[in-house]
Amino acid sequence: MRVTIRLFARLRDLAGAAELVREVPDHATVQTVWNALKSEMPSLVEYERTMSVAVNAEYSRMGAAVHEGDEVAFLPPVSGG
Amino acid sequence: MAQVAITAERLDLEALTTELVREARGDGAVATFTGLVRDHNQGRNVCFLEYEAYEPLAVRALHRIVDEARATWPDVRLGLHHRIGRLEIGEASIVIVAVSPHRSDAFAACRYAIERVKQIVPIWKREHFEGGDVWLEGATADPDDENARQAAQRIACA
Repeated sequence: MRVTIRLFARLRDLAGAAELVREVPDHATVQTVWNALKSEMPSLVEYERTMSVAVNAEYSRMGAAVHEGDEVAFLPPVSGG
Repeated sequence: MAQVAITAERLDLEALTTELVREARGDGAVATFTGLVRDHNQGRNVCFLEYEAYEPLAVRALHRIVDEARATWPDVRLGLHHRIGRLEIGEASIVIVAVSPHRSDAFAACRYAIERVKQIVPIWKREHFEGGDVWLEGATADPDDENARQAAQRIACA
C-alpha cells in the first residue's frame, strides 16, 4: 500500500523533500514507515529519540497502524511562540 | 475572526481582543501576551526568523490548549493566533488573549497557553543570523505527557 510521508523543519532539510510517497507492506505501523525511511536516509536517525509522529494530522505513536493513503508525519522538537 | 489561527498575515491583537470581549458583560479582566522577534539569541545577531507549521495539526493543538484551559479555568475565554512565514525583528509571532471575570484567571490562562504552545504545537522557527541559519528545536511534542502539562500549569499559577 502507499502512504504519504510528511517531513518538517530540519528533518525536511535533511531529507531534501517535504513530502514523499512510499510503498509499505500491508499491516505496516508508523514504525515500519520510519524504518524504511531511515534505511533510505540514514541522516534522519538522529531524530529517532526526539521526534513526534502524526497520522492524518493527529498526534500518534510509533506502534499505530497505518492504512492505504494515510499521511504519516515525522516532527522534530517544536519551537513555536 | 477565528478563536485560534495559524496565519501568514500580520497579527492583530486589537481585533482578536475586540472579538473576545464583544459580549463581555460579566468579564472584568483581559490579559494578553505578544511574542516578538528579538534581534539577538544565544549570542547571535538575528536578522529575521522563518516560521513553519504543520497547519492542520497546529490548529488542532491550539484548540486542544483552549479546551485544556477551559477545563482548569471554566470562565476564561481564550484566543490564540500564531504567525508563520518570514518575520522581521520586532514583528509579533504570536498573540494570546484571555478574557475572564477576574484578573488572576486571565493572567494564569494566558501564561498557561504560551507554555503549552511551546510544548505541543507543531511550529518551528529557523533563525537567520549574521553568518548562517539554524532550526531552533525545543520540546518533543507529546500532548499526552501529563508531566509537561502539569509543569505548564505550575508556571501559570506561580
